[in-house]
Amino acid sequence: MGTTLYWAVADCWNVVRRGLTHYQRQPVNIAWQLGFPILSVLLYGYVFGSAMVVPGGGDYRDFLMPGMFAMTMAFGFINTATLVVHDATKGVIDRFRSMPMAPSAVVSGRGVTDLLVACAELAILMLTALAIGWRPDGGIVGGLAAFALLLWLRFALIWLGVWLGLLVPNPEAAGGLFAVAFPLTMISSIFVAPQLMPDWLGAVAAWNPISSTVAATRDLFGTPVGAGDSWVEQHALLMAGVWPAVLTLVFFPLAARKFAALGR
Amino acid sequence: MADGDHAVRAEGLVKKYGDKRALDGFDLTVRRGTVHGLLGPNGAGKTTAVRVLGTLLRFDGGRAEVGGADVASRPREVRRRIGLTGQYAALDEVLTGRQNLEMFGRLFHLGGRRAKARATELLDQFGLTDAGDKGVGKYSGGMRRRLDLAASMILTPDVLFLDEPTTGLDPRGRGEVWESVRELVAAGTTVLLTTQYLEEADKLAGRITVIDQGRAIADDTPEGLKRSVGGDRIEVVVTDAADLSRAAKIVARGGAEPVVDEEALRVHAPVADRVAALTDAARTLQDEGVAVEDIGLRRPSLDDVFLRLTGRAA
Ligand SMILES: Nc1ncnc2c1ncn2[C@@H]1O[C@H](COP(=O)(O)OP(=O)(O)O)[C@@H](O)[C@H]1O
Ligand SMILES: [Mg+2]
Repeated sequence: MGTTLYWAVADCWNVVRRGLTHYQRQPVNIAWQLGFPILSVLLYGYVFGSAMVVPGGGDYRDFLMPGMFAMTMAFGFINTATLVVHDATKGVIDRFRSMPMAPSAVVSGRGVTDLLVACAELAILMLTALAIGWRPDGGIVGGLAAFALLLWLRFALIWLGVWLGLLVPNPEAAGGLFAVAFPLTMISSIFVAPQLMPDWLGAVAAWNPISSTVAATRDLFGTPVGAGDSWVEQHALLMAGVWPAVLTLVFFPLAARKFAALGR
Repeated sequence: MADGDHAVRAEGLVKKYGDKRALDGFDLTVRRGTVHGLLGPNGAGKTTAVRVLGTLLRFDGGRAEVGGADVASRPREVRRRIGLTGQYAALDEVLTGRQNLEMFGRLFHLGGRRAKARATELLDQFGLTDAGDKGVGKYSGGMRRRLDLAASMILTPDVLFLDEPTTGLDPRGRGEVWESVRELVAAGTTVLLTTQYLEEADKLAGRITVIDQGRAIADDTPEGLKRSVGGDRIEVVVTDAADLSRAAKIVARGGAEPVVDEEALRVHAPVADRVAALTDAARTLQDEGVAVEDIGLRRPSLDDVFLRLTGRAA
């Protein structure tokens, strides 16, 4: 039992090392992953920024930053799925499965790698944001709590990514997930406050799990935003904890089942 | 069935995909320290057999033992004794060759230092030392295959499964892989190798099992199989249909029965003394003024074996 756990952790770490070596050999990949949020910050912040209304009257760029952080975390599942489908189609997962290593490490290694990369991404994004004038005033504790909530969302989406990665037939199809993810991030509180949308759309946006994380992190970063009246918007912090837990409960078993099905 | 002579033994293996029986009562015995060829056309069940024996797939019936361990009940033990090289090189394209071997070494629980040392050793053994620190994405097909083989050899397995190790390689890459396989065997590893080419099985394997529709339909030495289809043949294609029967007589001078394909204007017949028969036939054809489109020696192929065993084309 003890040795089983030891090898599960050791094997996981070795898979993580491999994942991190990828970024070391291709650092430009991180830049690609961050390209979209950084472009969005520039586009929305500077081009539309002055025309955008923020409930409560704050600065739009301050409003936008937490949304960019959450969006980066949300899109992360596409990276997870892409990496998994690569390993699956290249036979790397099969090789792992034919070796006497802990089978769980194939998936746990992916998860830990993606979380570490998410930390780096958040740090780079936040530094970029600070450099262009973002000034959060939630204090260090608020900032750390926000960081943790963002990672919590990313954690939940790892299982969605693993499941999809084992589901789709090839890496190209995984790239196509972007077309699904993009509207999901638009219909949320990332770019525009839900109360400024048409009623029905605002309701959908408010109940979007990403919106809760965005609203909670805005709050923790001390960005003054008038929250909407709906129950889910009034309990953003709670829901930022609950939604990822629900996603994990749904997608972890699906991913585990799909992984076990590789032997069938 | 735990006698020490057998590295692999499968009895009545069944693997179903829905209604389709990819393995349908498959039997196989591979003697320790030999190279065994599993020969069959596309879709015969070769990959399925290798994946079942390599613990990657659960099966629905029969029993299998690899390296003395039962595949169904002790998969972990099997995994410690085997190396498996799939139909496509299972490598990390981003990492270097060395980094690949070190990673797999650590995942084989060698520990960092031994994994490093083993990687160096294997790069050398498989002729990849110069390419060791290049990204695998830049490797040729033959180099990838060799690295793939090296990765399967990290723990010096008792049994090595190679699924179509040369499919998709150019002749040079194919030669390189054959060379590597021969060296492994010289070092005592038992190899089960699948292939669609009789020539490849003939070059490498001491014994061949022919698989068709998930079942073993023949188990013989390469010589035996070739003999059963008449060995090497001399083949002549004539320009003019009128010359066909004359050409058949010349080709069959050794006393063998010629096969005449009137549509393709082709005749062929078994020969024993290969090159002598070829030069002799070429000279006689010329002397007698038969216009020849093409002439050559043809080795028996999987198609010949198949036609002979099943009565249909591969
Ligand atoms: N995952 C699968 N699902 C359904 N059928 C499969 C699957 N894998 C293989 N088969 C079928 O099983 C048979 C044997 O396939 P395979 O073992 O790949 O043959 P080979 O390796 O000899 O070409 C084929 O008819 C193939 O279509
Ligand atoms: Mg195959």
